Amino acid sequence: MDLTIGPIQFFWTGEHWLRFYKELAGDPSVTRVVLGEVVCSKRQPFFQTLLPEVVDLLGAAGKDVVLTTLALITHDRERSQTRDLFALGLEVEINDLSALSHVPEGTPFSVGPLVNVYNEGTLGWLAEKGARRVCLPPELPPDSITHLAAAGRDLGVAIEVWGYGRLPLAISARCYHARLHGRGKDACQFVCAEHPDGATVNTLDGTPFLAMNGVQTLSAAHANAARMVDDLVAKGVAALRLSPQTQDFDRIRTLFRDRLEGRIDEKAMLAAMPDLPYADGYLRGEAGASW
Amino acid sequence: MELVCPAGTPASLRAAVKAGAHAVYCGFADETNARNFPGLNFSREELTEAIAFAHARGAKVLVAINTFPKAGGQDLWHRAVADAERAGADAVILADIGLLAHAARHHPTLRLHLSVQAAAANPDAIGLYVREFGVKRVVLPRVLTVAEIAALNRAVDVETEVFVFGGLCVMAEGRCSLSSYATGRSPNTTGVCSPAEDVVYGTEGGQQTARLGGFLIQRSTPDAPAPYPTLCKGCFSVTDENGEDKRGHVFEDPASLDAAALLPDLAAAGVTALKIEGRQRSRSYVEAVVRSFRAAVDALEAGRPIPEGTLARFAEGGERTTGAYAKPWR
Repeated sequence: MDLTIGPIQFFWTGEHWLRFYKELAGDPSVTRVVLGEVVCSKRQPFFQTLLPEVVDLLGAAGKDVVLTTLALITHDRERSQTRDLFALGLEVEINDLSALSHVPEGTPFSVGPLVNVYNEGTLGWLAEKGARRVCLPPELPPDSITHLAAAGRDLGVAIEVWGYGRLPLAISARCYHARLHGRGKDACQFVCAEHPDGATVNTLDGTPFLAMNGVQTLSAAHANAARMVDDLVAKGVAALRLSPQTQDFDRIRTLFRDRLEGRIDEKAMLAAMPDLPYADGYLRGEAGASW
Repeated sequence: MELVCPAGTPASLRAAVKAGAHAVYCGFADETNARNFPGLNFSREELTEAIAFAHARGAKVLVAINTFPKAGGQDLWHRAVADAERAGADAVILADIGLLAHAARHHPTLRLHLSVQAAAANPDAIGLYVREFGVKRVVLPRVLTVAEIAALNRAVDVETEVFVFGGLCVMAEGRCSLSSYATGRSPNTTGVCSPAEDVVYGTEGGQQTARLGGFLIQRSTPDAPAPYPTLCKGCFSVTDENGEDKRGHVFEDPASLDAAALLPDLAAAGVTALKIEGRQRSRSYVEAVVRSFRAAVDALEAGRPIPEGTLARFAEGGERTTGAYAKPWR
């Protein structure tokens, strides 16, 4: 099983962004990196000019480099940016189904976790269109993963599963960060940059529950497939997706790689993980928040 | 404009038709529809009878099969499409690509509507569903402004339907798993959001509370009105970058959509059909809301002013909003 690094879900400064990928280029445990903005098109100008350098850097380090689309494409500007993505000659990961309209005939593509692939019918239809890899929606229960991994094998589609990081639970036209500051989305002043791992949303009795990240809502807990690795390997899952965060991400990558290569067992892996609230309920067929 | 009205039961369907619905939408009593609540929805026999009743009075019946079929269990959804066609449904309302492909292939004469749960929000997405599956109508997600709806209608060649009254999703529909995160069940998988079985009401420190899947969603004084604890309309706290604790409805206020005042704008924007949410609501609610909106639609078409709303009493917690139709909502 391989490791894919998902796109950075949060708004990081250009400097932080570049530093993250430079470090990643030197990490042999990672085979595939999905780059680009998935949450909010207003963030794109802040790292767009750095993108070619990072693509070259990761490519030279032998990584498969993939570009993501936005998760919610509404404006004409966003539509044309999506069309332009396919002209760059790199593999594209579709995270809004409308991007399928822009895939040049015969070009293979991949499908990200924010497209609803819930069953064999949808997987088969996407495979016919040229999908070669699908990262399943995190919500899927273990039975569905079993069926889709088997169907993926028959169709020649690699199936990836969300392995680590705050879960993307919802996307909206409304910006919650702007709303929190009494502003509209158009006048957001990029307040989401203040929370480079998302702003934790607590219940009124103080339990961390969700996290807001601009127009996106995530889990407060970090999804963590550490206890499900053997199960997912047995199901034939091709890769685990790790979602970038600011703290200890190098340690998390190393732990997953060591576990996949049999250098450490589950207990040792869990003991070495950062002290964070975790969740793996979806992978066990329970409420997503449970652990 | 066509008025599309909700029916959770055969009695509600008859009430909606009598109150002036041009079309009624409903679903089967299982996981195939996004209002899979206990005691709601139709058996095969009930649907057949309901369609005969509606057709005899010139109304259409649309069958919502708008959850995402379960891997390894798609038959249940395939049977629902076949049975809806056999019962004489005027259209089925679908969201899942695999199910749309199945319906287009195996039921080529069945009219397909794209559910709001597919969240097709731009001309590329809509064009895809029209081109690939021959979809005839698209129910637009509640994330668009009226101006965007007008632009969309200029760019696509398909009927559009928009929500005008009832519950309001603040998230892009069909792309939200908040409910399953807290409870294990979601609109996409089992057709329920914030299910009642997972709600526990209580009293804590002299205040009334509502928990969903164990998470505290609402807390209020005993005399305050307590709306249903839908997750995205709960009261939470966030610490901002200055370390200040901000409490409130950080996602959405417990308000209902009421776009009655926008009907002329929606008509000018080229919308074909107006949808009222609420298959889970009572027969008397459906009857009153349908009657009021039918009067509004008739007035609009006759060039008369739209009657002042009488629907405030039906709103969630009494609060109403025009939602994303007005840009400041964002």
